[in-house]
Amino acid sequence: MSAEKARAFVDISDVVCPVTFVKVKVALEELEDGQVIEVLINEGEPIQNVPRSLKDEGHKVLKIKNNQDGTYTMLVEKGGLL
Amino acid sequence: MAQVDYAELKKGGFMRQVQAGHFSLRLRIVGGQIKAEQLRTVNEIAEKYGRGYIHMTSRQGIEIPFIKLEDIDTVKQELAKTGLQPGACGPRVRTVTACQGNGVCPSGLIDTTSLAAELDEKYYARDLPHKFKLGITGCRNNCLKAEENDLGIKGGMLTEWIEDQCNYCGLCEAVCSAGIIKVDQDRETLTFDKSGCNYCGRCVKSCPTEAWEGKSGFIVYFGGLFGNRIAVGRQLLPIIFSTEELHQVIEATLAFFDKHGRASERFGTLLDRAGWDLLEKELQEVFS
Repeated sequence: MSAEKARAFVDISDVVCPVTFVKVKVALEELEDGQVIEVLINEGEPIQNVPRSLKDEGHKVLKIKNNQDGTYTMLVEKGGLL
Repeated sequence: MAQVDYAELKKGGFMRQVQAGHFSLRLRIVGGQIKAEQLRTVNEIAEKYGRGYIHMTSRQGIEIPFIKLEDIDTVKQELAKTGLQPGACGPRVRTVTACQGNGVCPSGLIDTTSLAAELDEKYYARDLPHKFKLGITGCRNNCLKAEENDLGIKGGMLTEWIEDQCNYCGLCEAVCSAGIIKVDQDRETLTFDKSGCNYCGRCVKSCPTEAWEGKSGFIVYFGGLFGNRIAVGRQLLPIIFSTEELHQVIEATLAFFDKHGRASERFGTLLDRAGWDLLEKELQEVFS
């Protein structure tokens, strides 16, 4: 979906808050700062809350793609805001 | 036994119970918060003078049921020692409710806790033709149901896009609750139909590059009811940014109710009878 190369992928479209953010956090643990993860996330509450929490913890959303099926694919750079 | 003035007792938060000589004591709670130390006193009073339990009211209040008439003065004194007071009932301004606001909640757009304290100090228990409820909610999620109050306040945010900062990631489009932001990632353009903005502030909260800036304000709703009649409060004014203006609006609203309201007539019912435009006109005078 973009030039940024994702090192990892996590699907949080099958879980609900607060597991959504926890699952992304756990996946980010495996990466180094500057590496990118692709996240499959539901519209509605998850897309409103998870990116905001990522921002609070210093991770940067690089790109969001609407998959037109109730989900988004989101690229996040670990520590991109630090 | 001496004559009991129930109206006077009720004014001081003692609600007459089905059981003769017993009262459910309502406490003055502000914005749904009580100190742990005060809660300890509530606990002691409930055990010593009540029946060992409390009742939580629908609007963030606490009542201690089964207080005996002869214990009322002692209970008042014990409450006063820890800074607690009986709450207001009857035809006056009631408990000011509030969510936790931006001091605690990541979604919050305004400081609901200090605003609740301010409103409580200025307006609590002010005599009016009928009960009058003030409530504050920190954002569009509306946990504290702004529109069900006689006057409800909702946190909002007027936002501005800063082109230089934008990385066109598309997140603001995804979170925008009004659907008025369109991002073209390939062409690196963004359009924002400001006239459709509902001040939810989600673009500001989520933007990873600080490309959205916001100014917090208050959206005010009038005439809500959630009792015998149910009515959704209406927004009659544009978003307000200063607390001074907010207080002017509240003062003007209470003065309007006092002047035009009939006994036992809720504010929303008065507006239906006298005309909403009458209030609108008086509110506009506040700003002219």
